[in-house]
Amino acid sequence: MGRKLLLEHINVPGINTFDVYRSKGGYASVEKALKTLSPDDVVEEVKKSGLRGRGGAGFPTGMKWSFLAKPEGVPRYLVCNGDESEPGTFKDRYLMTHIPHLLIEGMIVASYALGANTSYIYLRGEMMPQIRILERAIAEAKNAGFLGKNILGTGYDLELYVQPGGGAYICGEETALLESLEGKRGNPRIKPPFPAIAGLYGCPTVVNNVESIAAVVPIINHGGDEYAKIGIGRSTGTKLISAGGNLKRPGVYEIELGVTVEDFIYGDDYCQGIANGKRLKAVVAGGSSVPILPANLILKTINNEARLMTYESLSDGGFATGTMLGSGGFIAYDEDQCIVRNTWNFARFYHHESCGQCSPCREGTGWMEKVLHRLEFGHGKMSDMDLLVDVSKKIEGNTICPLGDAAAWPVASAIRHFRDEFEWHVTNPSVALTSNYGLAHYADPLPVLEKAEV
Amino acid sequence: MKVTIDNISIEVEAGTTILNAARMIGGDIVPPAMCYYSKLQGSGGKCRTCLVKVSQGSEKDPRPMPKLVASCRTTVMDGMVVQNITSPEVIEARKGVVEMLLINHPLDCPVCDQAGECHLQDLGYEHGAAKTRYEFDRRTFEKIDIGDKIQLHMTRCILCYRCVFTADQITDHRIHGILNRGDHSEISTYIQKAVDNDFSGNVIDVCPVGALTDKTFRFKNRVWFTKPVEAHRDCETEGCCGKVTLWYKGEDVIRVTGRKDEYGEVEEFICNTCRFDKKKTADWVIEGPRKVSNKSVISANHYETLKPLPVVKTNPLLQEANKEQFERETRL
Repeated sequence: MGRKLLLEHINVPGINTFDVYRSKGGYASVEKALKTLSPDDVVEEVKKSGLRGRGGAGFPTGMKWSFLAKPEGVPRYLVCNGDESEPGTFKDRYLMTHIPHLLIEGMIVASYALGANTSYIYLRGEMMPQIRILERAIAEAKNAGFLGKNILGTGYDLELYVQPGGGAYICGEETALLESLEGKRGNPRIKPPFPAIAGLYGCPTVVNNVESIAAVVPIINHGGDEYAKIGIGRSTGTKLISAGGNLKRPGVYEIELGVTVEDFIYGDDYCQGIANGKRLKAVVAGGSSVPILPANLILKTINNEARLMTYESLSDGGFATGTMLGSGGFIAYDEDQCIVRNTWNFARFYHHESCGQCSPCREGTGWMEKVLHRLEFGHGKMSDMDLLVDVSKKIEGNTICPLGDAAAWPVASAIRHFRDEFEWHVTNPSVALTSNYGLAHYADPLPVLEKAEV
Repeated sequence: MKVTIDNISIEVEAGTTILNAARMIGGDIVPPAMCYYSKLQGSGGKCRTCLVKVSQGSEKDPRPMPKLVASCRTTVMDGMVVQNITSPEVIEARKGVVEMLLINHPLDCPVCDQAGECHLQDLGYEHGAAKTRYEFDRRTFEKIDIGDKIQLHMTRCILCYRCVFTADQITDHRIHGILNRGDHSEISTYIQKAVDNDFSGNVIDVCPVGALTDKTFRFKNRVWFTKPVEAHRDCETEGCCGKVTLWYKGEDVIRVTGRKDEYGEVEEFICNTCRFDKKKTADWVIEGPRKVSNKSVISANHYETLKPLPVVKTNPLLQEANKEQFERETRL
């Protein structure tokens, strides 16, 4: 089992309280950063660590921080994106429920690095327990002098607020989140300007995922270079993976980036294989919006190399044979799961969550859902697959925010890899209603590619 | 700043959008716009019909932009190279957007009051496919009256948000906006409250489709049978320019609207008194006939640029008779 940085003390009883958390070395990074480092040093450490955004896109966090505009006399804001609503992802909720002080500690350090005196934690509206937990934790930290005016006598002021959202997936998009935080309808803004220039209330703003901010704590404690030693290549550090689906032992795992996918699914330290002795059929590796892959392609890349849990390895092969690490919502499907039904379910989600601002997403998501519904319930046509691919292409890249892409990718990839199953649903509509296509050839070893003669 | 759109270069001021730069050049290279309205702050970026390809970001940074961008909201950079109708990718994307816009829009132009001056009709004709691939029920709504002069028929709405921006900018408190989410979204007022403002009628002018219509004109006449005339009056309402277009049918003024330019945008907003109450020739000082854009069905037989029938191509007699149409074909 690899090294743990975020969930090191997760099993300590009472770690959600300030006293226990402090006794386990909590808030050391705040002392270190505020007393010995300048804000630029903190940014530099985060840059050195190679930490990449844990929310899905994987953009380097240090780089994002250095892009923040710093005009005189204008406040800057740090906003923590806790609107975790991607189907299959539940790592942030776990972190905030069980170890809330880690997030608050990270918020203090990150706000200090960015020069923000007011920071917000934006939570999804459904997370009522987490809101209470965080507010309690903030009150505790404030009592101990880690928040408020003149923190630890260093002259740095920080107010931290928790703001519940209305419970919309779209508010996880950073500009929609800012709109929602300002009290408006959560529609994504048209970019540019980017939030680093004009974000919350028109001021420079950084929006980071919960896990990215929590990861700042070990980076400051151990140093950026030390953090960068974990992981492989440009995927450094540890990552929380929320494993779900037909796994023997689902749950939230903190892995060192670079574990093989095979080890993660079948390893004794991790998920221990597929539940009920069944076989693996397909995997969605990073939350519902990343392309779905059949069992053979998720375990091996197209070049027959073992696939690793890293940003690069998972996206090896591009959209043709690869996927993405995304937010770390790892969903495994066993041989009895129906890919058509799953794709319809995802499409239904995106249809429901589209904000309705720009036309390709508003109309296209509904269209895809209806066609998939037809396929699943036995009224499909052979031409529907091509129609779906075409519609997803028309959505992808033509929308204001990435929700359009997120809606298009699962559909396009399901048809790319599981076309036989879709066709079987058309040719055997009555059988498809009662039974499913099974594993078929989706776990067969990949053909060895011939090397091109030079 | 120098910007090149479809190989035509123009010097524009900093801060100009690609769409406005294209409009300065004019002609076929102007991207269509369904939601952008130059008089409304913050409009644009939503319908995605104006997508263009930026094949060179600027002089300093010649990298192309990774995605197609909405030309109405993207400002030009010095040395930017933009492709609109010269890029097959843009044409394809636009076709897709038109198809998406028409998914939940009824295809019953013959019974729609907006026919003839509907932007979606023009857009569908120029960029869309002849047949729809959508085989499911379209969303439908009951007609709603917003006040006694304006009718809202959400079934036809394409959610361009123009009327929302108008209501936002003419009134000091928001009572008109969007309800719900995704394709269930609907335009609505606060519990069907009338937009109580002297300029509320302008939402009719900004609506690109037949969703918001003038109840004093609705179904009185087809717009291409009417005669547009420019006129003005001294309007007492503060902020109203009093410059309008009167739409005559015979001797009667059957409708009053703002003066729309070739992109369908009104030059200035007019008040409700001018729009709804002054419908006698005696109320107005006539300036002369309104020159309606030659793109419009109102003044030109825009929809006759169909290809000549195959039989015409083989028959010299018919060829002679359709000479004009043939010349137009070859010119394009």
